[in-house]
Amino acid sequence: MARYVARRAAQGLFVLWAAFTIAFFVLYLLPSDPAALAAGSGGEVASVDPALLDDLRARYGLDRPVLVQYADALRGAVRLDFGPSYQSGAPAGSLVAQALPQTLLLTGVALTLAVLGGTALAVASVLPRSRWLRQVLSALPAVGVALPTFFIGLVLLQWLSFRAGLLPAIGNAGWQSLVLPAVTLAIPPGAQLAQVLSRSLRGTLGEPYVETARAKGAGRLRVQLGHALRNAAIPAFTMLGVMVGGLLGGAVVTETVFSRVGLGRLTVQSVNTQDVPVVLAIVVLSALVFVVTTLVVDLVYPLLDPRIERAPTRKAVAA
Amino acid sequence: MTTPTRRRGARPAAAATLATTALLLAACSSGASGGGSGDASTGADAEPVAGGDLRFAITVDSRCIDPQQVGNNDAIAVARQTVASLTAQDPDTGEIVPWLAESWEVSDDASSYTFHLREGATYADGTPIDAESVKTNFDAIVALGATASLGSQYLVGYEGTTVADPQTLTVDFAQPSAQFLQATSTFSLGLLSPASAELTPEERCAGDYVGSGPFQVESYTQDQEIVLAKVDGYDWPSEADEHTGAAYLDTVTFQVIPESSVRAGSLASGQIDATAAIAAVDQPQFDGNGFWLQQRANPGVAYQLFPKESSPLASDEAVRVAISKGIDRQQIVDTVLTERDQAATGVLSHSTPLAADLGDLLAYDPDGAEQLLDDAGWVEGDDGIREKDGQKLSTTVTFWQDPAPLELVQQQLRQIGVDLQLQHVEIAESTAIKESGDFDFDYYNLTRSDPDVLRLIFSANARNINDRPAEEVDDLLDRSAAATDPDERAGLIEEASRLLVERGHAIPVYELSTTIAAADRVHGLTFEGSSRLDFYGAWVDPS
Repeated sequence: MARYVARRAAQGLFVLWAAFTIAFFVLYLLPSDPAALAAGSGGEVASVDPALLDDLRARYGLDRPVLVQYADALRGAVRLDFGPSYQSGAPAGSLVAQALPQTLLLTGVALTLAVLGGTALAVASVLPRSRWLRQVLSALPAVGVALPTFFIGLVLLQWLSFRAGLLPAIGNAGWQSLVLPAVTLAIPPGAQLAQVLSRSLRGTLGEPYVETARAKGAGRLRVQLGHALRNAAIPAFTMLGVMVGGLLGGAVVTETVFSRVGLGRLTVQSVNTQDVPVVLAIVVLSALVFVVTTLVVDLVYPLLDPRIERAPTRKAVAA
Repeated sequence: MTTPTRRRGARPAAAATLATTALLLAACSSGASGGGSGDASTGADAEPVAGGDLRFAITVDSRCIDPQQVGNNDAIAVARQTVASLTAQDPDTGEIVPWLAESWEVSDDASSYTFHLREGATYADGTPIDAESVKTNFDAIVALGATASLGSQYLVGYEGTTVADPQTLTVDFAQPSAQFLQATSTFSLGLLSPASAELTPEERCAGDYVGSGPFQVESYTQDQEIVLAKVDGYDWPSEADEHTGAAYLDTVTFQVIPESSVRAGSLASGQIDATAAIAAVDQPQFDGNGFWLQQRANPGVAYQLFPKESSPLASDEAVRVAISKGIDRQQIVDTVLTERDQAATGVLSHSTPLAADLGDLLAYDPDGAEQLLDDAGWVEGDDGIREKDGQKLSTTVTFWQDPAPLELVQQQLRQIGVDLQLQHVEIAESTAIKESGDFDFDYYNLTRSDPDVLRLIFSANARNINDRPAEEVDDLLDRSAAATDPDERAGLIEEASRLLVERGHAIPVYELSTTIAAADRVHGLTFEGSSRLDFYGAWVDPS
């Protein structure tokens, strides 16, 4: 077990390094000049004196060879020091740390809503006796998966905020401002979960042990929730890692549409202004979240279903 | 490489269209409610009421609100309210009037300026605004260098400030600098308390500075909102202001709303009170119906094509002048801009002090353009595009600004056989291409409220954006920097502007403008001389 975790941790470190390195060189190769953008006066870059730009480049070390810049950035990243933001001069790491809690709150609530809503929809799509109702409910998740996040967000804004005035359209103040963005962010992953779960529920309902339960006289609801759901949940559980990644990506759109502070907004702005230190800090953090979530999912998996063992190592296969 | 950036740009645009449609539908179904009046903005119809909060939407938090460092329009809107300047510029006449300086003298060669400060003015922390503190400010801006890119530009050639007595100081320059007087009216040279000069640039960006204006920073939550509170003892307004004493509003809340459609929806539903960032397509719904619009052309260099004359194509004067004659500027305003916008009538926009009206030179003249090109040997090829010695009259402009006006220019130039290809990219990419110098024509505007910007960018002895050898016009431009007599300066600037257009060094298109859209409960919110927002005289109906 300890060796397994150690090996996975080593793999995780490799993923972090790869994400950092790819992001660094992609940003470096992008056709843009961070110094001009940092000094740019609302896009009126032509007004900036070239001598001032050289001064800025020297200040941020952008005049050094790319490999020197890379080595320096990597050394800093290992110590979690990503250097100062080109835009504000504040440490990039602390900008990310400031934005993180709001995004954690938003994605946390959205994940909860997605899991609860997705499960409810999946169960509802196999529960009714009416074949017609079951088909309608099974079709819903596909709609949810197909709708783009920004579209859902704007429709919700139009109806519930601008027209009905029920909830605020902008900001981070109070639970009210969290409702619309969290629902918007929860719909695509919730729908995905419902799709996977209802398919696997339908499969599980044909299993012999469900027959047995029925034969023992268990009611429709008891069979569904007590027996089938527990087993059907396992394939859905593997999706969790992907869902968390998707939520971080969705936060970019959701936070922009709802004018919320958070990691997503920080990402958009830092990429637009080529604020390399901030972008690198975000990339490393996102990769870390992904690595940790998948590791946790893999570790918990066998606990849920003792029949499943971790993938055998090559040695075990050979033996 | 650029695909992800473009996709990000395209999504909000599509979203905006969707939301606009929805909003228009909503506006139709709810019918006309309440007859808004255009004069609500003047406040002439009612007595100002003190108190209250005004919620104003901005588009982006550029992570800095220090007046001496900011360059982004949204950040300027915030920063301008927190500082007073030595002088102010009358928005109607362009005249420089007293603010913290009661009077001033300028040396004959415009290289030395002496200011006499008013008594009794203080920074928000109570420290007096004396000559020594002004010196501290100017010295600090020069020391900031690149991060104060606007301010240090105004202070190019700064030799130092001499303090004669607590109310008198002299600023000296190594060479003539006629633009400096107007520069003292800008936010970039707005005054911060001496204690603020000791803070790091980052701390000042975060709003920790102490200013001298009618408002001070109460709170700054990055990417979310900036709250300004009025300074209670403030009583040193400029001569351009219409009232004295503290500002009317208790607080101004600048709310960051990145999505254009959400700003429009928030204004329409009363979640914000005003904004200066409503897309042209959304503006009609705020013209009346309980709202008002006010627009002002930004002073400075109008949107134009700038030839880079070291490139073979743009070095041909006939091509440059033909392009200028081939643009139907009025059609651009009528077709893709709002009725409140203006076609360029000169190199400088008409709201710039001393700007010359060159409307006659900028008239639409497709026949004249074709004649010029014919004479220069550019003959029409099979595809309708002219060519000469096997080279097509075709060029690409890379830009990030509103594409609609240039798209129409593209169609217009096609009529005279010029092929203008447009490459619309994100700011980051556009910056890089401009720096690489790999283009024939550049396209942008510059908001500045002194005509010296003309010399700064065009003169072969300054930025020389045309990348051309010195000629007659440079002498005129350079002399304008030293001319202290307004009439003499105006004459030099008009003559220089005329030459720039005649020789095709400048190809003006239209004037960028700023539009305030506000609910009827907002009064007195207006523009100062540089078309920056001024909240000092703004007030709101009690809610």
